Amino acid sequence: MDYDKLFQTIVNAATLGSTYALIALGYTIVYGILKLLNFAHGDVFMVGAYVGFGILTLFGGALDPSISIWLVLILMTIAAMVACAVLGVVIERFAYRPLRSAPRIAPLISALGVSFFLSYSVQLLFGAQQRTYDSFNWDGGKLFEPAITIGSFTISWLRVITIVASIVLMLALWYLVSRTRTGKAMRATSIDLDAAAMMGIDIDKVIRFAFVLAGALAGAAGVLFALRTYLVPSMGFTPGLFAFTAAVIGGIGSIPGAMLGGILLGTVEALTVTYVTEWIGIPVGLSNLVIFSLLIVFLLIRPQGILGRPDIKKV
Amino acid sequence: MSEAQGPRIGEDEWVARSGENIERHRLLRLADRVPGWARLLLFVAAVAAIPLITDDGYINVVVFDTLIFCLLAIGLNVVVGWGGLLDLGYIAFFGVGAYTYAILSSEQFGLHVSSFAVLAISVVVGALLGLLVGLPSWRLSGDYLAIVTLFVYQIFISLATNGNDLFGFDLTGGVNGIANLDPFDLFGRELVVAKQGIFNSNYVYLALGIFVVVFVALYLVNHSRIGRAWRALREDELAAELMGMPTDWLKLLAFAFGAAVAALTGSLFASLKVGVFPETFSLTLLITVYAMLILGGVGSQTGAVLGAVVVYVFLEALRDPDVSGWVFYVTILLALLLVVRPRWMVAGVLAATVAFGFVVHAIAGAIDETWTTSAGPDADSVTRFLDAWVVIPATPGDARAIAYIGLIALVLFCTTVKGVWRWLALVPTLYLAAFVWENIMSADPDVTRFVLLGALLVSVMVIRPSGILGERRVEIV
Repeated sequence: MDYDKLFQTIVNAATLGSTYALIALGYTIVYGILKLLNFAHGDVFMVGAYVGFGILTLFGGALDPSISIWLVLILMTIAAMVACAVLGVVIERFAYRPLRSAPRIAPLISALGVSFFLSYSVQLLFGAQQRTYDSFNWDGGKLFEPAITIGSFTISWLRVITIVASIVLMLALWYLVSRTRTGKAMRATSIDLDAAAMMGIDIDKVIRFAFVLAGALAGAAGVLFALRTYLVPSMGFTPGLFAFTAAVIGGIGSIPGAMLGGILLGTVEALTVTYVTEWIGIPVGLSNLVIFSLLIVFLLIRPQGILGRPDIKKV
Repeated sequence: MSEAQGPRIGEDEWVARSGENIERHRLLRLADRVPGWARLLLFVAAVAAIPLITDDGYINVVVFDTLIFCLLAIGLNVVVGWGGLLDLGYIAFFGVGAYTYAILSSEQFGLHVSSFAVLAISVVVGALLGLLVGLPSWRLSGDYLAIVTLFVYQIFISLATNGNDLFGFDLTGGVNGIANLDPFDLFGRELVVAKQGIFNSNYVYLALGIFVVVFVALYLVNHSRIGRAWRALREDELAAELMGMPTDWLKLLAFAFGAAVAALTGSLFASLKVGVFPETFSLTLLITVYAMLILGGVGSQTGAVLGAVVVYVFLEALRDPDVSGWVFYVTILLALLLVVRPRWMVAGVLAATVAFGFVVHAIAGAIDETWTTSAGPDADSVTRFLDAWVVIPATPGDARAIAYIGLIALVLFCTTVKGVWRWLALVPTLYLAAFVWENIMSADPDVTRFVLLGALLVSVMVIRPSGILGERRVEIV
């Protein structure tokens, strides 16, 4: 058994999983309250990555930043979080709120339209070509130097930053939802929207806040994700799909479920890419086939997810 | 409408009556009076006349593709409109049909099956796959079903893209797809795609024939027991089940019908194209078909066809640099006529916008000469007017992104204010729209058309969720 490879796979899984979890939280918060599958969330994540790119350019780019590159990274993350929170609120106000009492299919299609609009708008303004944060050259490649070394096995700074930042954000979210007044209102609304409204909770405010949280998490995830890969206008689709699945697997509407689902999905993806395709004897390109087949089987067996409660239909 | 005869069998009286209370536009009421068969006949005659009028290859290909989209839209209407099941894997069936044709009529495996046999095989393969993909609908509904069908789509794309090495076996040709397909053979007569440089218009008639057959077949299905049961299922699954309808089978049937139509369309589509590639079956295509169905009206076959024609012609027109500008400005004008009340205010708003534009242009020109351009004396009058009116900087730079985001903000602002403020807000909005079009959008029509399609999808949903001809749902509480 090749332990180095196994460890590497686990670290990959944790990095992937923490990004998925951040996006998945956005899906789950919105779904918990509005029962709306927000297809545009993946594209909000993409916009976050591009906002980060804009800030990086504003400060002179990766090679010659006017202030410390680490400060720029913090600014990029904050700017992306703010921009995506605003974007989320705008989308809610104009694309979902008018449809709150419409049949379920209407907001879903509206969400598809928003998703389409966002990704093609970015392509219109910035072109379809790949861009990178050039993170290989930050501070002489510091991001890719090992931060933790155990024997022959290392974890790079990039992965440490991604995982730690995700954990910090998730803790902040947990605090907001379970320890503040607004959080309490959110929980009440997700249990029963009408009853919460009758108790004097301002539903519009709660929904807006949910979109602020979801957007902020997606913005941060966008910057963290783009640090490892590259930016294209269509980058939101696949992580968005995986993250939504993570939310469903964990039990949609459940916040710990989304975190668990994210990690689990990251693990499945990393393991499939590294091991499973080899066992079955198919090319790595077909790993998606295995992953999605597994997901379909899982959803059929346990549609309510790991931590979700089954939906009891009352007539 | 049968006002005096009372509701038809199988219709609740109250439900039937509620339709009478809905104020419909004069033109729509007029259209209602034209019987279904006459509408179909009119459509067929109009399409059939086009190849007779012009032998321009491009126009005929557009007509063929429009028919393909009409077929796709009425197929999707079965699943989404009648069955009420959100199927995001629909394009996968279209792809399966195309690949079926490609595998059975090319040198990939050296097979050259007769084309009508291929169409039959596609229908069967599509229907069987539809049954299979429909199976999760027994346990999952709504969003969960949507996500599972999206997974099916992903599996299809994954297979098509990597299908050149399935256990050492080349099925789909991978990213490069399968090229050099046989032309369609019509009872032994091959329809060669280009005949002395002229597009073979028989393809248009072939597609039209298949369209009519499918349209009539689906119409008959919709007016049978199955169709009524589908609508019951869509409105209230639980109630339908209690009435003794086999809801599980009805869902499978809806999936199978939709998938069979999509697969058939895929085969037809492949027969005209030089090859089949995974890229063709993109998510963009899926959303385009959805936009067609939504715009036309979910649940209405005529609406689906209307939506397909309008959306596809709109998308094609935007691609042509000579026409796209006209399409853009005329669309804005139409939107204004629909939205602004009283109507005469449109003239006021337009005049104000023109004046506003000249002022802005003069100011911008006075500050920096490179911010404006002037067309040469040999340009036509429209171009000269636009250049004297719209600010077109030589190097827009960051102004592009700012103007674009500003335009979105202004449009959204216009929807929130009322009365005089809306008219006042419309003036800079319209000017900015012209600025964004001239500086950003017109340069990149392939992207612009999808931006506009996304915006259209959202606005149709918000303004009129039932589309142009959609069946209005009656909410009974």
